[in-house]
Amino acid sequence: MNADTIVEYAAAILMVTGGLMSLVSAIGLFRLPDVYTRSHAATKSSTLAVLLTLLGGFLYFWALERFISVRLLLGIIFVFLTAPVAGHVIIRAAHRSGVKLADISKKDELAEAKERLWQEQERNRLEKEMKHGSDG
Amino acid sequence: MVNTLMLIALILFSFTIVIAVYRIIRGPSKPDRVIALDMIGVNLLASIAVVSCLLETKAFMEVILILGILSFIGTIAFSKYIERGVIVERRHNR
Repeated sequence: MNADTIVEYAAAILMVTGGLMSLVSAIGLFRLPDVYTRSHAATKSSTLAVLLTLLGGFLYFWALERFISVRLLLGIIFVFLTAPVAGHVIIRAAHRSGVKLADISKKDELAEAKERLWQEQERNRLEKEMKHGSDG
Repeated sequence: MVNTLMLIALILFSFTIVIAVYRIIRGPSKPDRVIALDMIGVNLLASIAVVSCLLETKAFMEVILILGILSFIGTIAFSKYIERGVIVERRHNR
């Protein structure tokens, strides 16, 4: 059993670990109650699964024919950059379009902060109008 | 043995894709479906990497990059649509 075989086994085990991680994220996507918690499962562990699998593929090709695949490395970097951004953007869209939280959640701090900001802006506007009116 | 492990990984990824398809059909809100679509894209990318190792070919590497880019752009476009109701915004007040 030479070194290359060991690296090939390590690559295959990395791939199986990636598959298990993706199964964990699938269970999260199946069972969690609302879209915000589901995005937790779908973004984080899915990204980890893909990173492990692509790293396994990179190691496999390196052990098989000493080929350093820049495209796989670029894929790793790209997934690592874009998956959190995509999760953030879609959840922001969900909150702005008014998707409800699950029934068991206690508190929506973002909605409260938005409400406070809106009230403050409204008060400022009213004050400015009053001042303007008294001047004229 | 290595091939068997890769096949196991492939089966796990396809199981995940099946569950994501269930979430697309069932999902109560639109962002649920978009999240599941994004997850299908990402898992497809990983399974293409596994297939490319299984067949010992380097022909699928470009597919990985292109699929990642397309999945990301699709998610961004869907989220803009959900947020504002349009995908491409035009300025009306010129």
